[in-house]
Amino acid sequence: MESNRRSFLKVSGICALGLGALPVADALAKAALPNFLANPKELAGKKWAMVVDMKKCWEKSEKGCHDCINACHVFHNVPDIGTVKEEVKWIWQEHYENTFPGQTNEFNVENIKDKPFMNLCNHCTNPPCVRVCPTKATFKRADGIVMMDYHRCIGCRFCMAGCPYGSRSFNFRDPRPYIKTELNPTFPTRERGVVEKCNFCAERLAEGLMPSCVESCKNGALAFGDLEDPKSTVRKLLASHYTIVRKPELGTGPNVYYII
Amino acid sequence: MLERALTGSQRYYRWLMFLLVFVGMGFAAYLYQLSNGLTVTGMSRDVSWGFYIAQFTFFVGVAASAVMVVLPYYLHNVKVFGRITILGEFLAVASVTICLLFIIVDLGKPMRLMNVLLYPTPNSILFWDMIVLNGYLFLNIVIGWNVLEAERKGVHYPSWVKPLIYTSIPWAVSIHTVTAFLYAGLPGRHYWLTAIMAARFLASAFASGPSLLILLAFIVKKYSKFDPGKEAIDKLSQIVTYAMLISIFFVGLEFFTAFYSNIPSHKHALQYLFVGLEGHGKLVPFMWAFVILAIAAVALLLNPKTRNDEKTLKIACVCVFFSMWLEKGLGLVVAGFIPNPFDQVREYAPSIPELTIAFGVWATGMLVLTILYKVAVSVKEEVA
Amino acid sequence: MKMYNAKQIIPGLIIFLGLITFPLWYNMGKAAPVPQPKLDTPAIQKLAQKQCVLPAAQMRTEHMQILNDWRTQVVRFDKRVYVAPDGKEYNMSLQNECMKCHSNKTQFCDACHNYAGLKLNSTPYCWTCHIAPKENK
Repeated sequence: MESNRRSFLKVSGICALGLGALPVADALAKAALPNFLANPKELAGKKWAMVVDMKKCWEKSEKGCHDCINACHVFHNVPDIGTVKEEVKWIWQEHYENTFPGQTNEFNVENIKDKPFMNLCNHCTNPPCVRVCPTKATFKRADGIVMMDYHRCIGCRFCMAGCPYGSRSFNFRDPRPYIKTELNPTFPTRERGVVEKCNFCAERLAEGLMPSCVESCKNGALAFGDLEDPKSTVRKLLASHYTIVRKPELGTGPNVYYII
Repeated sequence: MLERALTGSQRYYRWLMFLLVFVGMGFAAYLYQLSNGLTVTGMSRDVSWGFYIAQFTFFVGVAASAVMVVLPYYLHNVKVFGRITILGEFLAVASVTICLLFIIVDLGKPMRLMNVLLYPTPNSILFWDMIVLNGYLFLNIVIGWNVLEAERKGVHYPSWVKPLIYTSIPWAVSIHTVTAFLYAGLPGRHYWLTAIMAARFLASAFASGPSLLILLAFIVKKYSKFDPGKEAIDKLSQIVTYAMLISIFFVGLEFFTAFYSNIPSHKHALQYLFVGLEGHGKLVPFMWAFVILAIAAVALLLNPKTRNDEKTLKIACVCVFFSMWLEKGLGLVVAGFIPNPFDQVREYAPSIPELTIAFGVWATGMLVLTILYKVAVSVKEEVA
Repeated sequence: MKMYNAKQIIPGLIIFLGLITFPLWYNMGKAAPVPQPKLDTPAIQKLAQKQCVLPAAQMRTEHMQILNDWRTQVVRFDKRVYVAPDGKEYNMSLQNECMKCHSNKTQFCDACHNYAGLKLNSTPYCWTCHIAPKENK
């Protein structure tokens, strides 16, 4: 009888396996899926990049204005936690020596002392955050945008250790109560426990709009465009100006350029 | 065999209750963290990993206790380790349990933990760390349990266990290497960006794991009829001596490269740890405690007289364990984030809930260890 | 056949059965009324043909899967337009499309989710991030 019980277990095991595999067969059978299309209005690019003309940025005031920051943070429902410890930021200001550490000498720091530099995600060509993410919650799109899937992020914060630009913020607490401005009903907020960052306004590009920081800058200090397109504004600016990027020695290939 | 964990002296039960109190407190603190978010910890935007991940890193090292008895026993036929391989393996099981728990409590979205399996990502080192740690846990439970069961029955362990034992040796190397790779491959974190990180992890693991094992062997000897044997402890203490010397040597190498090259970004973290940077130096006393403990340990271990004396060996092992704990379980992870990517010093200190959770995780690990050791020692006592 | 330790096992089994069936008899006779999710929002009333992306029955059983597929397409593949089987195109967006018509979250979503015992804002946790339309309650 011993062998009978054995074979019964075997058969039932195989049956259970078969039942378990049913959804797979179902999924394969559903070959004729409905169509998903890109928005026809979408601004398409192969390698999005930004050029920040700091001289134009400072034209308005020595301290710089906050138009781009406000526009971005209001549009994306970015909370104002109010502490350095848990700050959430997509685009923000830093001093030269903090934006470009290791590229300072005492004289150039003196010249541009107290002048703000705009910082945001560099949407690197070789993003370390994407490399380290254990769930592909952060990934690089074909058009170069380093995107985050907030539904998938497990909050391990490996990407924050990986990012050499401090571009990533973690939601240590529920951000909703800290969104001081009117909520933008067309864009979600984030929730407690996920990492967030600038997305180069992927949702606006899909609608055929420029990123909100670019659109909101009255001085035209922010230029956005496709690096692969020789006729784009960014390529023209890069061809006619001396530009620098943050920490080029790390091999990340940052795609935010600075004219100083 | 597990039923042996259910019968014990009053002291045994009191110890279990004592641990359960801490487990309960840690669990309560974790529920508090779960409903409020990681804001209850001391971690910040700049120091985004803290005490949890540092403890995880340190306990990966302690798990090396198994390989340091298994390797000499099976590959070099060091017979004296035969009696204590089980202690090494069960200590590894408890330490890996601690590691996994520290990872879980560190997650912002623990309910999505399985995403690591649902969306396997081979380019992420964390994915590989998940594989090697779980694999090591599995190997040590299966090997330890089967060998112990065979010993109880007075037979040779099943032949299929042997390949697992051999697998477990390189596998142990992999857990330290992969854990080191979590850190050593990140651009812009200069303190971690060192080719000898994996070597440092191995060396410090082979010091901290066996030193704890020696202390546990003494405890087992004191409270049970099972004697792990003087020769085994002697051999282990030699291993600890070498590993400790190599560990200190490796730390010295980091100093040379940073300070002789004089590259500021490479010096910053070391300066922060040992003398303070820009007026910030919360970790300075701890790092000097590491130095003092390490020197004391080496002094006691190098001298054969003090190494062979039970009392001084115990002190030496405590020194080794805590010096490595300070270096790896405190300084290494935190200093990697200091200064931050903007060259600013933002310090970190764990919060009370964070420490309570950590105590809870340690207590859980000790609970697992106690139960496994109780089973192992009961079997050993029966057989003897 | 002799049963060993029956004195302990049988009462143990009875207690166990009692405990696992607790939700059944605890809720006996307290059945909540079957919800009637409201569809009469101003936006829906204006529609000539009152049909969702897919037939109502299909939406009822498959909306979670559809929402998840849309999410994947939009976030991960940048595909933002859904072509329904009837050829109509929709912007795949919970906030900007679904809720335009179903602007009554409390009477539409919550009515059923509460009835089904899906605790609000935990499972399904759409609204911890997505912003529900303003309603006049």
